[in-house]
Parts: sequence; structure tokens; C-alpha cells
Amino acid sequence: MLEREGALAFWLLVPTLALLTLFIAYPFVRGVWLSLTNAVVGEPGHFIGLRNFTKIFDDSIFRTAALNTFVYTGVTTVFKLALGLWLALLLNRHFRGKAWVRAFILLPFIIPTVLSTLAWKWMFDPTFSVFNWLFWKLSIINSRINWLGDPELAMASIMTVNVWRGVPFYAISLLAGLQTINPDLHEAAAIDGANRWQRFWHVTWPLLLPVTMVVVLFSIIQTFADFQLVYVLTGGGPANATHLFATYAYQIGIGTGLLSEGAAISLAMFPALLLVVVFQLWYIRRVENR
Amino acid sequence: MIEGAKWKKWLWFYLPMGMFILALLFPFYWMLVTTVRPDSELYRPWNHPLYSPFWTSHPTLEHVKNLLYETLFGVWMWNTMFIALAATLISLFCGVIAGYALARLKFRYAGLLGTAIFITYLVPQTLLFIPLADIIRDYRIGDTPWALILTYPTFLIPFCTWLMMGYFKTIPKELEECARIDGATRWQAMLYIVFPIAVPGILSAGIFAFTLSWNEFIYALVFLSSPEQKTVPVGVVSELIRGDVFFWGPLMAGALIGSVPVAIVYSFFVEYYVTGMTGSVKG
Repeated sequence: MLEREGALAFWLLVPTLALLTLFIAYPFVRGVWLSLTNAVVGEPGHFIGLRNFTKIFDDSIFRTAALNTFVYTGVTTVFKLALGLWLALLLNRHFRGKAWVRAFILLPFIIPTVLSTLAWKWMFDPTFSVFNWLFWKLSIINSRINWLGDPELAMASIMTVNVWRGVPFYAISLLAGLQTINPDLHEAAAIDGANRWQRFWHVTWPLLLPVTMVVVLFSIIQTFADFQLVYVLTGGGPANATHLFATYAYQIGIGTGLLSEGAAISLAMFPALLLVVVFQLWYIRRVENR
Repeated sequence: MIEGAKWKKWLWFYLPMGMFILALLFPFYWMLVTTVRPDSELYRPWNHPLYSPFWTSHPTLEHVKNLLYETLFGVWMWNTMFIALAATLISLFCGVIAGYALARLKFRYAGLLGTAIFITYLVPQTLLFIPLADIIRDYRIGDTPWALILTYPTFLIPFCTWLMMGYFKTIPKELEECARIDGATRWQAMLYIVFPIAVPGILSAGIFAFTLSWNEFIYALVFLSSPEQKTVPVGVVSELIRGDVFFWGPLMAGALIGSVPVAIVYSFFVEYYVTGMTGSVKG
């Protein structure tokens, strides 16, 4: 019996394993090999050891991109979690039109990122920005703000768009977690004299933590490897100040055709990603075994 | 629900909720207004006395016409639809049977394979796009829809498998066992008993996979080069922006119309979508 189940399982898994081997495992091996050669577009190149890696670690743009990626991931994750949790708590109440609000709120997450980011680029336009108009009308500014033209402001603008896109995902996922919490627990805590804050901190938060962890870790991976927002909003500029790992890898690997160096920049993401994945697997196992 | 003064409810509930809704939806409103605004109004600087951001007194469909007749937008829509549907169907097929095997069958290495598939789910596209571009060239499928139809399943299958595994586990084993006592084979029990019950799960996975394919950008950007092969996100960004010149009217019209198919699918299946999305992280 086990023998026959094994055979069936094998055939059911073949298509999946074939595609994943062909287009994930093999490219990974090939990427590692590529990063150890001096290949450029059209020329296979030959083995040069770790020279691509020593080269990129000496590259100041790469170091800026690396720093940007960590700051970008850290800052946006804190904001997405805080605002997402707040929105989830608001949505967890009963009010009229709740289904509609919930459906509309997810729009930033479902609309293709590049397309909504274009709308943001238009809103950030130095000459026609609606934000400039608003702040001017509110008498906060009287000269224009160049949202995407100044390195630090550009990074802040990119982070804003990332938070805007991510908050609905956090909110709806956390809302699903909130809805599994038994309201009796809250009542019991309230009868025992716990105030709103205490009830949140001692009842809601510990029960929500497993869902929160998984959402946060998942989002960290996505944010860390982000490409689209920077590509559309600044293209890594001004003066290469807003690159992330992925956009710089694209610029070097595809833009200038230095395939091997581009592959090395992409792979530089790997250790950090691996750490998050290992932590996530460990955490899931721990929660399951409790 | 807060008891007590009405202003408190306004301050702690309606006000923040209103701010959230405004902030989350304003960019879409901005897309819409820009789409119907004539060029003469569009290019007024922010401190121009006649800058009227929130409405237009002369709505026009000029930009939409321009987009549909002067660009390849229609072709991109068709490409994206075809690629997204094909990739979704392949992924559903693979994911449903793999999910069934991992959730229901006992065999060696089941746990190991499950973990391996979960790990591939966490591999971001930006990690592998450069070697993949090389491989696509080797297989001679570069600049064809197949480059995307075959690579999109790499991030869709793990998610579908994971979601379906969770779903199959909720279907009682007894149902299958009854069918087998009545003489059905394992295969028949799977096909005629379990899969029909799993339709809501399959629908969730399919809808989520469809929106993910429609959204994908970097593979489409790197693997396709001719304008008539492109998908909507890549076509809009690379063909409607010429150097430093932005034609904001057609661009926003493209962003708006390019979002419509996803929005329609989403609006009909909100609940399934939410199940798919929350299932995609919880597993």
C-alpha cells in the first residue's frame, strides 16, 4: 500500500518538481557559477574566482545600494506594521459599509504595482505635483519641493509609496488573525478590570503574534528584494543614490551587460534572505509544535 | 465598540478611518482625473492660479483614444491576459496535484519536499533574473510569451501548492475512505470526491495567481524586447515614456485601463481573493 501511494505521489509531484528544478534550482546554480566568471552579454567568460565580489564590495554605489536596502526594509516594515495593525483594529469593529471599506482598502495591493507607482510619480512631479499645491495652499511651503530630485527626499518618497502599497496587505492579514481571537477572552479581561490598552497588550497581541511574525517575515523578503518602485520612481537616481540591490543588479547586469557582475550583486542579497527564511522555518516549526 | 461621548467615536474611529481611506484611494482618483483632463489643463504648474486639482470642467477622452489607437496598448492587454491565464492554469494544475500528494499521501521525503517547495516560494524574482535571462536565451524562448508562461509558475506553483495543502487537510479523510470501500480507486476518489469539494480553494489560488501574474514586472522587462510582445506593465513604462518626455494623459489612461481586468476579477471574488492572500502567508 505504501509502495503504491509512493508511486502515485511521485507522479503527482513530477510536474512541480520539474518546473522548479528547471527554473529555480538550475538558475541558482548557474547564477553562482556566473558570478564567479567574467561573462558579459554574448561572451561566456571564464572562471575568475571571487573577483566580482571583491570588486563590488569596493564599489561605493554598491555599498550605498546595500545600505539603502537595509534602511528601506527596516523603516518601511515598522511603518507598515504599525499602520497596518491600527487599520486592522479599526476594521475589526462593527460598522456600516464594512464589507465595502474592506474591499476598497485592498486596492493598492491588488492593482499592478508599476501602474499605481506611475500615478505616484505623476503626483511627485516637480512642476505639477499635487502635494506641492496642497502644501502651498496650506501655507507650509512657498517654493517647490523636488520630491524625487534630492537623494534623501527621494528615498523617503519611495518608502512612502512602499508603505502605501503594503499597509492594506498587513491590515487584511492581521484582521484575519484578529477574527480568530475569541471575544470571550476580552470580556473576561475586562471583567477583571483590564483597560483597553492592557487588554490589547496582554490578550490581543500575544495571540496575534504568530500571524504577525509570518506576515512581517514574508513582507521583509518582498521588500528587501524590491525592484519596481525604485525602477519607476527614480531609476536609482539622482546620481545612483537610491539604488537597491535589485535595481543596481539590473543596471549593471542588463543595462551595461556585465552579466557576471550583475549576478554577483543579485547574489549579495542571498545571505540576508537565507537568514530570514531559516528564521521563518524555525518559527513556524516552533509554533506548530507548541 | 466604544461607549460614551459621540465625539470620542469620531476622534478615535471615523477620523482615522477616513484618513486611511483617503490616503489609500487618492492615487486612483488622481489617475482617473488625469485620464479625462485635457492637456491644456494638465500642464499647469502647481502654483498656477488656475491649477484645479480635483476636478476638470472640460472632461475629454482624447488620452484614451490616443492610447488605444496610437499605441500597442490593445496588444499588450491581450498578451498579458493570455500569459496570465496560461501561467495560472499551469500553476493550478501542478499545485493542486502536488498539494494533494503532500497533504494526503504517505511517502518518504514528504516533509522534506514540502519544506523545499516552501523555500522556493520565498525566493524573490530579483535573485535569479540574470541567470534566468541566460537560460531563456539558451532554450531559444526569449522574446516569446513562453519565456513568461514557463517562468511565472516558479513563483505561482509553490504558493498554489501551499494553499491547496492547507485546504486538502480540512477535507475529512473519511469521505475518501467511504468512496474506496464502495470500490473507487484512489485516483477516482481524488478526482471525483476530493477535487470537487476543493473548488473554493482552487478558485482562491487561481484568482490570487492571476493577479500576481498580471502584476509581474522584472521577468517581463528582461525576457521580452519587441514592443508587440510586451505585457501591460512593461509596455506602459517602456513604450509610453520616450526618453525624458512623459505623456501623462495616455500614461494615466494606460494605468487605469491596465488595472481594470484585475479589478474586475477582484471585485467578483473579493472573499476568495482574501482567503488566497491570507492563506498565502499562513500556509
